[in-house]
Amino acid sequence: MKKKQVSQNIAFWIFRLFSLMVVGILFWILGFIISKGIQVIDWDFLTQAPTDGMTGGGIFPAIMGTLYLTVGSIIVAFPIGVLSGIYINEYATNNWFVKLIRIMTTNLSSVPSIVFGLFGMALFVNTMGFGDSIIAGSLTLGLLTLPVVIRVTEEALHAIDDSFRTASYALGATKLQTIRKVILPMALPNIMTGLILSIGRVSGETAPILFTAVAYFLPKLPDSIFDQVMALPYHLYVISTSGTDLAASRPIAYGTALVLIAIILVINIIATLLRNYFGKKVKTNF
Amino acid sequence: MKNGLKKFTEAVAEKILMFSSGITTLTVILIVIFLFKEGMGLFSSSDIEDGYVLAVNRENPVDRLTPEESMGVFDAKITSWKELGGNDEDILVFRLNDITNYADENSLGDELQFLPRVLDSVIAAQPGIIAFIPQQYADSSFTGKILQNGTITAKSFFDGKYWYPTASPSPLFGLLPLISGTLWISLFAILIALPFGLAVAIYMAELADQRTRKIIKPIIELLAGIPSVVYGFFGLVVLVPLIQQLFDLPVGESGLVGSIILAIMALPTIITVAEDAIRTTPRSMREASLALGANHWQTIYKVVLPYSLSGITAAAVLGIGRAIGETMAVLMVSGNAAVIPSSLLEPMRTIPATIAAELGEAPTGGIHYKALFLLGCILFILTLIISISVEFINTRKKA
Repeated sequence: MKKKQVSQNIAFWIFRLFSLMVVGILFWILGFIISKGIQVIDWDFLTQAPTDGMTGGGIFPAIMGTLYLTVGSIIVAFPIGVLSGIYINEYATNNWFVKLIRIMTTNLSSVPSIVFGLFGMALFVNTMGFGDSIIAGSLTLGLLTLPVVIRVTEEALHAIDDSFRTASYALGATKLQTIRKVILPMALPNIMTGLILSIGRVSGETAPILFTAVAYFLPKLPDSIFDQVMALPYHLYVISTSGTDLAASRPIAYGTALVLIAIILVINIIATLLRNYFGKKVKTNF
Repeated sequence: MKNGLKKFTEAVAEKILMFSSGITTLTVILIVIFLFKEGMGLFSSSDIEDGYVLAVNRENPVDRLTPEESMGVFDAKITSWKELGGNDEDILVFRLNDITNYADENSLGDELQFLPRVLDSVIAAQPGIIAFIPQQYADSSFTGKILQNGTITAKSFFDGKYWYPTASPSPLFGLLPLISGTLWISLFAILIALPFGLAVAIYMAELADQRTRKIIKPIIELLAGIPSVVYGFFGLVVLVPLIQQLFDLPVGESGLVGSIILAIMALPTIITVAEDAIRTTPRSMREASLALGANHWQTIYKVVLPYSLSGITAAAVLGIGRAIGETMAVLMVSGNAAVIPSSLLEPMRTIPATIAAELGEAPTGGIHYKALFLLGCILFILTLIISISVEFINTRKKA
């Protein structure tokens, strides 16, 4: 009897310890980067271009570049993804076409990001002739996010009880009207939360833009969507591995890492707040 | 009339939605087409650098060299023709810029117009020579013997032990060092991540109260949201020096650091999937176990874990998939030596890291470029297999 209790205690304490360690790892990483990065970040760092071969100045062009690429990929992925999600959940019957779409969406979400980079380079940069540009990078990133957006939309719609649909039909509304006036407004908070989280993902991706959009250093901001850009994740990668003077550009690297982390933190906080706020307001399931 | 318009709008809307949902399928098809079109081009390429030939003296009985042999010759590891099945003659390696050792600049002419003739006479005079020269000099008047070049074969790619993509005259594209680096790093990462992931999953599903869960859940989400370059950077500045000191290594960048970083990155996937699996255990099964006198822990490892085994397997497999495809973090911390590793403490290089590191320098359309696309195909197939096996595990669970 006693032995049973002892083994349970040991096992449970191991689980608690391991969980604590995992939480500890996150705080270690966050703490390290925040404490090192905070010493570097000031107004000039955020608003100036790099100087002296990446050992001085700020990261303004990289911040803007990441902004352009993120917005670009949102424009590509959100409309297509949300529309597909609606189709799959609301229209599709269980036929071969839907099965195909499901399988392909799962497959696309498992494709490694570097493969997207190769694909983007072959299709957008070389075949379509965009060159390394904002548009090629945005299209590549957009396709990468597409499966996430679809899944988020699908889940949000799936959570809405069927009684709302039948009630709407009973009032004489068509399918499209039901979706527009009843289903989408109800699912919107959940869709928004998912979409915001996916923005965080896109802004930190490096491998897909490596060969489709980014440049090591550009003296000025891009003029059009066919120009190259600098980007935060790529900036962090180059100045921490292959800069002209690794030791001298280390502080800049800490600052860049902190800005990246800050973006992710802010996005996660917004998503959590949104979820909590609307979670109370809208009941999606009885 | 109004009704007709309504019907028309409905139909158009459905068509638009249907078209949008076809885009993922189209993308997958395009990825396959572009990757394989470029990648398969490698197998019909010549195994000698484009536009060049290897020439030997006319009397030399050797007709062809494998890429490995010609690398041995030009690295001076093979020094006698006897080793290659030829005469007992020392090998004399000749590259075009060695011409000044055999002829003074005047005899080559002002615009090097006599170069082909001089070259021809040098090759004719040296019985042991092997010359790496541009194809244009080996025209019809050339009296030496041009070695037949082979094409890069599937066997030489999948069975090749060396990855020297820029070696001259014959680049070597061998998959083995890269695939073994990828597998070592990914499998060891899962070995580290699985106990931790499983422990957290059990804790979250079975032990933690509502409040603790509400704190840990966002933390796991945050862990999943940190960009892979930031993990790579953290690994580079913190873990690499740590491991180097700990094991007293010449360089800290090693497979082990790659595995640790990948393990941290795979944790959120493993935790989420495993927790979901544990939660699906029916309440009646737990209660039956408890009613028989088993305590909570016995119920977990005798009832809950066996029941959710397929879900946990799916979690592990998904984690491996993540690890295999991860690029930036591994590229930054694992040292990138393309050799078949013998220990986890050595620098290693994975397939994604190779693509990321080399594609920028590979000329578009060249054989190096094609070889990197072929690596992309391999990666695509690997992750496809993993995604299908997860699907298979999940459907079997339902059945």
